[in-house]
Amino acid sequence: MASPVIEINDLRIDAKANDEWSAIVRGVTLAIHPGEVLGLVGESGAGKSTIGLAALGYLRPGARVSGGTVRLQGQDLFAIPEDERRRFRGTKVAYVAQSAQAAFNPAHRLMDQIVMVAVDRGGLTRAEAEARAVALFTALKLPDPAQFGSRFPHQVSGGQLQRAMVAMAMICNPALIVFDEPTTALDVTTQVEVLISIRNVIRDFGVAAIYITHDLAVVAQIAHRVAVLRHGVVVEEAPIAQIMDAPQHPYTKTLWAVHEMPVDTSATHLQKGAPLLTISRLSARYKQFEVLQDINLQIGRGETVALVGESGSGKSTLGRVIVGLKEPSGGSLTYDGEPLPPLVSRRSLGTIRRVQIIYQSADTALNPRHTVRKILGRPLALYHGLRGARREARIQELLRMVELDPTHADRLPGQLSGGQKQRVAIARALAADPELIICDEITSALDKVVQAEVLRMLLELQARLGVSYLFITHDIEVVRAVADRVVVMQSGRIVEQGAKAEVFAPPHQPYTETLLASVPDMAVGWLDRIIAERAA
Amino acid sequence: MEATARPAAPSRVTQLIRLVRSAPLTAKFGMLVTLAYAFVALFAPLIAPYGEVEVVSRVPFDGWSAEHLLGTDQLGRDFLSRLIFGARNSISIALVTTIISFTIGCLLGMFAALVGGFVDQVLSRIVDALMSVPDLIFILMILSILGGSIVNLILIIAILTSTRFYRISRAAALNVASLDFVEAAKVRGEGSLWIAVNEIFPNILPLLLSELGMRFCFIFLNIAALSFLGVGIQPPTAEWGSMVRDNAALINMGDITPLIPAAAIALLAVAVNFVVDWMLNRASGLTEEG
Amino acid sequence: MTRKPRPILSMVASRVGLGVLSLVIVSLVIFSAVAMLPGSYASAILGQNATPEAVAAMEEQLGLNEPWFLRYLGWLGAAAMGDMGMSFAGRPVMDVIGPRLLNTVVLASITAVIAVPVSIALGIVCARFRGRFIDKFLSTSTLASISVPEFFVAYIVMMVLAVKLQLFPSMAGIRASMDWGDQLYRMVLPILTLLLVILAHMVRNTRAAILSVMASPYIEMARLKGEPEARVVMRQALPNAIGPIASVVALNLAYLISGVVVIEVVFVYPGVGQAMIDAVRNRDVPVIQACALIFAAAYIGFNLIADVISIISNPRLLHPR
Repeated sequence: MASPVIEINDLRIDAKANDEWSAIVRGVTLAIHPGEVLGLVGESGAGKSTIGLAALGYLRPGARVSGGTVRLQGQDLFAIPEDERRRFRGTKVAYVAQSAQAAFNPAHRLMDQIVMVAVDRGGLTRAEAEARAVALFTALKLPDPAQFGSRFPHQVSGGQLQRAMVAMAMICNPALIVFDEPTTALDVTTQVEVLISIRNVIRDFGVAAIYITHDLAVVAQIAHRVAVLRHGVVVEEAPIAQIMDAPQHPYTKTLWAVHEMPVDTSATHLQKGAPLLTISRLSARYKQFEVLQDINLQIGRGETVALVGESGSGKSTLGRVIVGLKEPSGGSLTYDGEPLPPLVSRRSLGTIRRVQIIYQSADTALNPRHTVRKILGRPLALYHGLRGARREARIQELLRMVELDPTHADRLPGQLSGGQKQRVAIARALAADPELIICDEITSALDKVVQAEVLRMLLELQARLGVSYLFITHDIEVVRAVADRVVVMQSGRIVEQGAKAEVFAPPHQPYTETLLASVPDMAVGWLDRIIAERAA
Repeated sequence: MEATARPAAPSRVTQLIRLVRSAPLTAKFGMLVTLAYAFVALFAPLIAPYGEVEVVSRVPFDGWSAEHLLGTDQLGRDFLSRLIFGARNSISIALVTTIISFTIGCLLGMFAALVGGFVDQVLSRIVDALMSVPDLIFILMILSILGGSIVNLILIIAILTSTRFYRISRAAALNVASLDFVEAAKVRGEGSLWIAVNEIFPNILPLLLSELGMRFCFIFLNIAALSFLGVGIQPPTAEWGSMVRDNAALINMGDITPLIPAAAIALLAVAVNFVVDWMLNRASGLTEEG
Repeated sequence: MTRKPRPILSMVASRVGLGVLSLVIVSLVIFSAVAMLPGSYASAILGQNATPEAVAAMEEQLGLNEPWFLRYLGWLGAAAMGDMGMSFAGRPVMDVIGPRLLNTVVLASITAVIAVPVSIALGIVCARFRGRFIDKFLSTSTLASISVPEFFVAYIVMMVLAVKLQLFPSMAGIRASMDWGDQLYRMVLPILTLLLVILAHMVRNTRAAILSVMASPYIEMARLKGEPEARVVMRQALPNAIGPIASVVALNLAYLISGVVVIEVVFVYPGVGQAMIDAVRNRDVPVIQACALIFAAAYIGFNLIADVISIISNPRLLHPR
C-alpha cells in the first residue's frame, strides 16, 4: 500500500485579529493517498482555505502554526525554513484559486505564466514545457490549444481561464493539487464544463487532490471522501456515498437544510385577485446595449415570483427598473391599476412605500455607522411619521418579526453576524408596510442553514402579512423552496414563465433545459451521467 | 425602559483613553508635541519674557545670555519671545487656512459627486487646471499681483489647497455612493441632501480627517516657505519662516540660532504627520478586517 | 503583431489633447493675472508719478486698447516663439531668464536623474521587506523628512558641509565663465539638498504604489507557485506597478519645482527660481508670467509623459481582445 501523499496531523493554526491570536484551525488530522480526491466541505469561515494553503506549506500574513504537522511525501513542511518549503510549491503540490481572473497576472501571457515553474524548477526546457502545456490545453478542451497560450488573461473567458489555471497546476505533474472553490465564481452552465475538465484531468493523470467547496452537490461529483469542517474542526469524515446517503453528524445534516425545505405544491397562492404589478412590453438599455427586451410579467397579491437566470441575463436590471433606479426605454409599468412613474424621483412617497427592495449583501446594504435602531427608525419616520415611544415600540415589534432580540437595536451592523444583518435588512423593508418586496439574491451570501431559516421566515411573514415577493436568484434550490411562479430570463428576454410545477416539469424550453441540467444533483454520479449523455 | 437591557457600553471618554493608549510610540510622541505647541500658542503672552515687537537691546544679533536666552535678532528684539509669539501666528494662520480650504473643498467635492453630470464636469476641470501648476508657483504669482497681506495669503492658499480636499472627498463620496445602502436610501425616497449628510458623510469622515492633518502640515510648510522667501507674512509680525530669513546671516558664522524656528516648524509638522500616519494605518486596518 | 493598436493610439492622442488644453487654460490664467493688477498695466510700468499722457502713450504702444483675446493670442504666439515681452525694468524678459533657464534645467535634471532610480529602488526595497526593520526605518525617516521645510534641510547641509567641515562652498554662485568641474563642484550642496527633499516624497509614494499592487491575488498565486520573494516583486508586481510609479514620480516633480525655487534662494544659485523671487519682490509681472509659464509647462509635460507611460504599460490596452 502506497504511503499517503500528504498527512496532516493535529494541525492547529492561529490568526491575528485586533492584536490577539485566535485559533482558526483546531487540531485537524487528514491523510490523502495517491490518486485520491478529498472533498473539504464547510461554510465560510470554517477554515477550509487555511487548511488548503497549509497543504502547500503556506500561511496567509497574520497566521501562524501553533501545533501539529503537515507532511508532504514524508517531509514535514513547517519544520523547514520558508525558503526550502517554497521549493515544493508548483512542483510537488500546486494550487487552483477561486478566481482565475484575479489569480493570473495581467501583465504576462498565459503561456509564460503556465510554464514558468516547469522551466525554473521542474527540469524541463522551455520547448518541452510548452509542448506539455499544449497537451494539457487539449486535454482540458481549450479552444485552439496551439495558440491559446499566446493570449493575455483578459483576452480569455472566465471558464477558459479557470481551466488554464488547472493546466498551470498540472504542468510539473505534481503529487497533489489543492482546488480552492474553483467553480464558485462561475455561472452554472460554465461550471459544468469546468467540473468535467477537472474530473477528467484528475482521473487521467491520477493526481491526488484536495477539493475545497461549500457546495455538497459539487463535491459529490468529484471526491472519493469528504471531510466536513466547522469552526476549524473536522466534524465528520467519510466516503462520499456515506456522507450523501447517511450523514451522521447533526451539522452535516444541516447542509441539506434548503434542499429539504417543505415544498408547497398546492396552488393556494395562485388564487389571486387583481394583479399588483403589471409589466408590459418593457425594454431598457445601457447606451447602445439592449439589456431588457419585450418583458411582460405580472405579480399578484401574496404571490412569490422567482426570476431565474445567469449573470448578465438582465434579471437584476429588471429589479432596478421596478424600484425606479433605471429608466426603461420603452413599455409600461402598472401598479395596482395606476401607471407607475419610471424613476423613483417622480414617484410619490406613498407609492415608493409600497415597493421595497432587499439586497444580496447586507454588509453593503446597511450603513456601517448607523445603529439598528436608526436603520429601522428612518423608514418609520419617513413613511409613517412615527416618533418617540411609538416608533421605539414598532422597532421592537419589527425586530421580533424577524426573530431578532430587541437588544440588537443598539448594535452597529459590524457587531452582527451575516444572517442577523440580512434579518435587519428584511426588517427595514417591512418597516414600510410594503405590498411587494424585491429580493435580489438575498440568500446567496448566507450559509445553507441560515439560508433555510431566512427563507422559512419570509414565507411565514408572507402568510401573515399577505406581501408579494419577487425573488431574483440564480439558485434553483431556492426557487424550488419558495416560488409560486417561475420566470426564466436569458440575454435580456423572458424565455419561459409559468407555475413552478409547469416550468420544472418536462417538456422544457431549450434554455430552461440547459439551465436545469447544469445544476448538480445532491447525489453521487450526476456528473458521470452528464458525461455519458454527452458521449452518446 | 429598554435601556436596562443594553450591554454596558464604555463611555466615549474611556474609549478615547483606550485608543490613545493603544497608539504606537511615534503617534504618542506626535500627540504630546502637538499639545505642547497648542499650549504655547494659546498662552504666548504669558510665557514670553518680552513683547513680540519690543526692541529690548541695542545690540542686534546678540549672543545667548541669561537675560536673552536665545540672544536678540537683527533689530535687537528678544529671539525667544519672538519664537513664542511665532508659534501663535504661524499655527493660527495655518489652522484658519486649513479649515477654510477643508470646508470649501469637501462641500464642493461631495456636491459634485452627488449631482454629477455637467456640474461635476465643470468643477473637476477647474480643479484639474488649478492642480496642473505647482502650488508654490501659483501662490507666488498671485501674491505678487495682489500683494502679500495675511488675508490674501490665507485665501489663495485655502483655495489652492481646497482642490486636494475636493479630489479626495469627491472620490470617497463616489465610492460610498456606489454602495447598496445609498441606493437603498434613494429607493426609499430620500433627498440628495439627506443622503449626503446621513449616509455618506459619516462614512468618509475618518479619511477626510487624516487628509486634514496632512494638508495642515503642507499649508504650514508652504506659509513658512513663502515667509522665508520674503513674500509671506510681513514684518513686524513674528513668523518662523521669516525669522530664519532675517537671521540667516548668522548661519555662515556657525551660529545655529536661526535654525531654531526652522526646527520648530519641522518638529510640529513631524508630530502631526506621525499622528495622521497612525490614523491612516488604523483606518486601512479596519477596512481590511471588514 | 497583427492586432490593431487603435484604442491605445486614440487614448494617447486624447491625453496629449488634454495636456495641451490644460496648458492653454493655465496660460490664460497666467495672462489674465495682469488684469488683476490694481491700477492699469501701463501706470504699473511707469510708476506712480507718470502723467496721464505718458500712461496713454504707453497703453497705445503696448497695444492695450485691443480686445483682450487678441492680446492673449499675440502674447501666447510670441511666448511660443521664445519672446516673453519686456520686463518692467526695461529689458527683454528672455534676456533676464534665458541664461538662468539652462542653470535651473541642469540643477533639476541632475537631481531627477539621481532621485528617480534611487527612490524606485528604495521603494522596492521597502515593499520587498515590508514590516521589517529597513521598511520601518525608511517609512519613519521619510515621513519625518517630508515634514521638514526645504530651507531647514538646506541650512543644515550648509552648516555641516560648508561651515563646519568646509568641504564645499556655501554659495553656489556659478558663472558661465567657470569650467564644468568647478560649476559642478559648486552645485553639490544644492543638488544634495534637493535630493534629500524629494527622495523622501518619492520613496513613500513608490512604496505605496508597489504595495497596492502587492495586495493583488496574483501575487499570492505567484507565492503559491513557489516563486522566491525577490522575483515576486520584480517579475510579478513591478510590471503592473509601472503606470502607478510613473504617475507618482511625475506628481513628485512638483516638489522638485518648488524645492528648486527655495534652494536657489538659499544657495544664491543663478536660476529661474531666484529670478522669479526677485521679480515677485519687485512685482515685475512679465518676468513672473514667464517663469510661471515655464514651470507650469514643465510640470504639465511631466504628467503627460507619465500618463502616456501608464497607458502603454497597461496590457489590457496594449493587447485588446
